[in-house]
Amino acid sequence: MLPLDWILLILAGWLLIGLTGVAALRNTSFVARVLFPLGAAGALALAAAALATLFAAPQTAVLPIGLPGLPFHLRLDALAAFFLLVIGVVTAGISIFAAGYFRQGEGTPPGLMCLEYHVFVASMCMVVLADDAYAFMVMWETMALSSFFLVTSNHRVEAIRRAGFLYLLVAHIGAIAILLCFGVLQANTGDYSFANMRAQTPSPFWSSAAFLLAIFGFGAKAGILPLHVWLPEAHPAAPSPVSALMSGVMLKTAIYALLRVGFDLLQVPIWWWGVVLLGLGLATALFGVVFSAVQTDMKRLLAYSSIENIGLLFVGIGLGLLFKAYQMNALSALALTAALYHVFSHACFKSLLFLATGSVLHATGERSLGKLGGLIRRMPWVAWLSLIGVLASAGLPPFSGFVAEWILLQSFLFTTGLPSSFLNMLIPLVAAAVALVAALAGYVMVKFYGVIFLGQPRESRLAEAHPASPLERIGLLWLAAGCVLLGLLPVPLIELIDRVTQVLTQSGIAAAVRAHGWLLLSPTSLERASYSPLVFLLAVLAVVYLTLIVVRRFYHGRLRTAPPWDCGYPAQTARMQDSAEGFGQPIRQIFGPVFRLERQLPTPFDPRPVYRVKVEDHFWYWLYRPLANFTERLARAFAVLQQGRIAIYLLFSFLTLILMLLVVRW
Amino acid sequence: MVSLGGALAQILEIVLALLLAPLLTGWINQWRAWLQGRRAPSLLQPFRVLHKLFIKESVVAESASPLFRLAPYAIFGCMALACSIAPTLATDLPLGPAADAIALVGLFALARVFISLAAMDIGTAFGTLGARREMMIGFLAEPALLMVLFAASLISQSTSLARIVESLAGQAFAIHPSLAVAGVAFTMVSLAENARVPVDNPTTHLELTMIHEALILEYSGRHLALIEWAASLKLFAYSCIGLALFLPWGIAQGAAPLAILLAIPVLMAKLAVGGMLLALIETINAKMRLFRVPEFLATAFLLAVIALLVHILLGA
Repeated sequence: MLPLDWILLILAGWLLIGLTGVAALRNTSFVARVLFPLGAAGALALAAAALATLFAAPQTAVLPIGLPGLPFHLRLDALAAFFLLVIGVVTAGISIFAAGYFRQGEGTPPGLMCLEYHVFVASMCMVVLADDAYAFMVMWETMALSSFFLVTSNHRVEAIRRAGFLYLLVAHIGAIAILLCFGVLQANTGDYSFANMRAQTPSPFWSSAAFLLAIFGFGAKAGILPLHVWLPEAHPAAPSPVSALMSGVMLKTAIYALLRVGFDLLQVPIWWWGVVLLGLGLATALFGVVFSAVQTDMKRLLAYSSIENIGLLFVGIGLGLLFKAYQMNALSALALTAALYHVFSHACFKSLLFLATGSVLHATGERSLGKLGGLIRRMPWVAWLSLIGVLASAGLPPFSGFVAEWILLQSFLFTTGLPSSFLNMLIPLVAAAVALVAALAGYVMVKFYGVIFLGQPRESRLAEAHPASPLERIGLLWLAAGCVLLGLLPVPLIELIDRVTQVLTQSGIAAAVRAHGWLLLSPTSLERASYSPLVFLLAVLAVVYLTLIVVRRFYHGRLRTAPPWDCGYPAQTARMQDSAEGFGQPIRQIFGPVFRLERQLPTPFDPRPVYRVKVEDHFWYWLYRPLANFTERLARAFAVLQQGRIAIYLLFSFLTLILMLLVVRW
Repeated sequence: MVSLGGALAQILEIVLALLLAPLLTGWINQWRAWLQGRRAPSLLQPFRVLHKLFIKESVVAESASPLFRLAPYAIFGCMALACSIAPTLATDLPLGPAADAIALVGLFALARVFISLAAMDIGTAFGTLGARREMMIGFLAEPALLMVLFAASLISQSTSLARIVESLAGQAFAIHPSLAVAGVAFTMVSLAENARVPVDNPTTHLELTMIHEALILEYSGRHLALIEWAASLKLFAYSCIGLALFLPWGIAQGAAPLAILLAIPVLMAKLAVGGMLLALIETINAKMRLFRVPEFLATAFLLAVIALLVHILLGA
């Protein structure tokens, strides 16, 4: 059996698991303890099958489902296999966590949830496998719908329903653009298979049109500016494993599709596409990170941080496209390697952090950062594993986020070879902004971790917070191990990514990397740059260990506990710590014009002073509100037709008939 | 792969950094005292302080988590590694390829995140305040530092610190306009990153203005000693990076023992002058208000970006 058959078998297995879940609709323990672990095993098998295909020739299959005469064409090449690998590895962790997470009595019955969950994961895999526009669109919509139902699983809460509808709306506006994009790509041949689209050579105008439509359509799914508004609403509304799937995995299908269209279906890129992607990505990244620094809801904070990371991915892809347009394929491969590395690394750490917020939410019932604190003492597992995710997310060595950042910055340093001096001037500015975003990400992550896990509990009932269940811990451990391994051993993953860049740019960096052994990462030559995370970590650990030994040997290890010193102030309470708002205050001050601030200050004579600050998005006010108002006014204008009296409707029919007769007689 | 000479040079460099760093701090304190018309403490005062702190028992707050006790060691480890990858004496170092300029910036960021998290761990008002301010300075200083290093990297076509030094020192004496601008930016970043006037005051304990001191308020005994030592190591590392980028002459290239031994007095002379200038800057400047700091650092950031652009425009 070919790996593709195995993969299809696993997807069918997931559907079966989902249907079994529906049969055992309210049997929570069966669904959680049997079905979700089975799904996780399937995900692992999927990852293994994808890994096997990365080094094999592309495989195709035709599935006779759907409309007669329109079968699903599937194709498994290196690009698809890499994304399947990411989906498989991350889903395995999330499913195991979900097995310990779903409880009775939270909205949708667990059996139905199980069906939606597995359909969602399977449709993501099918999106990646699709080889014609028809299969792609059907699966893309299945993905949107199943995730919509997952988001609204707690549908009795109005805010969640609203978030779900907003998500559905943006997803469909995006889907229209994608449909149009495929329409342009098939170039009037009537054949919607990707093989045909690859064979076409559209004029620069039409290929640009297709590419811009693709940016719009897939950008809507990825959360690119200004189509990001649904993301900070929908991701927090969903149950945590679903948020993790959406942020960690689903956003990556949009990245996959963008790569598929930009590098594979459109064979000849034009240089300014790269500039568009760079600009959009940069704006998105800066916007995302600045907004995530001022959030007070832990899941919203992570959602904005996902927007930031998607922005960085767009920057990497844009750079790759730019190099490819100038036939600098080796450099294009370098930039793409950074982007793909970040795809995997972001999938791991963002899922890890979203799952950790799930554990915190279950333990405390609290999502607001202002009411958490000190959980490292109550939930040490979650806290220490999240620390790994936080460090990876902040792009710090020796964890996974840093490797991607490092390769991306390296590819920026090569841009002086570009033939256009305008671009040569522009690129350092982009590099500077990327560095700023990376540094701000550190700020955000310190806020996230410090306010939730460190300090004193801000509410008295946090003292009763219970630690995460063993299955949850396994899920977190799996993803944290991913962050650590991706950080410490970059060379094996680059070998895998090389297969993908060979497909996209006919070039790769693995040969250069391999020459320096598995320990040292050096994308071009040792002279130029090198980084060895393992040596790095061992050196730090060695120094730490030696210091510990020496201090104990020559001095002592005595320790005394006492109340906090705090400059000698005895009446310290938990409320005197920095709040989430307080921690975001420098960002509000420095990036003031970016936000739409509403502040309510108490007067000095207020007996019960209240301070309220609301941070909102300019896009909502200047783009979405006017659009919504315009649509509503248009609808009202048309509502004049709707009189509710049969006579009037008959009159309409009569007039239409007359008009048509006139047209025919003319 | 690793030559014996290289390994010895590496060990010599780490040991020298551990010893010279507190000495540099003592030297700066002496000059500060002289310039301000006070009687100066002994040059060895930092060592006495470290010894005293190591002898004392550590008092840890009841609410501290293990992270609080881990952080001083982690920070010390980061700074020791930073000192050992910066080419202070020789360029042929076994640990050199493990981390380039970008990784070095990452290393400083790692230490900063650890110290900020440790400060938030106890949950006192000052700790969180300090953490917030430290991160605010950090997110502006870090990209500026990176851009300075980028300017040097573009000139020498490498992000490896050793290569940068070799290529800059190997050229005939020529002043790169981009490096001149980058040098100003680097000085500003170093002042901010090392908690120096005009951004922070290393001797203050005035609650409203302190940044670095607020972070480490809860530490005592050996933990405090490690943090103080790490702070001097950081200053030492920054000074050495500055010297390596802007005055790379005298650093041994290759592993010839004589050249390495000769590099020690050269380094000490450069550090002595640098320390004096730092004391001078600290004496003639007043500490600025906290919300002037972002402007100060944004200027540094812009200067660093201008340095990059100047390099690309002029090709020098």
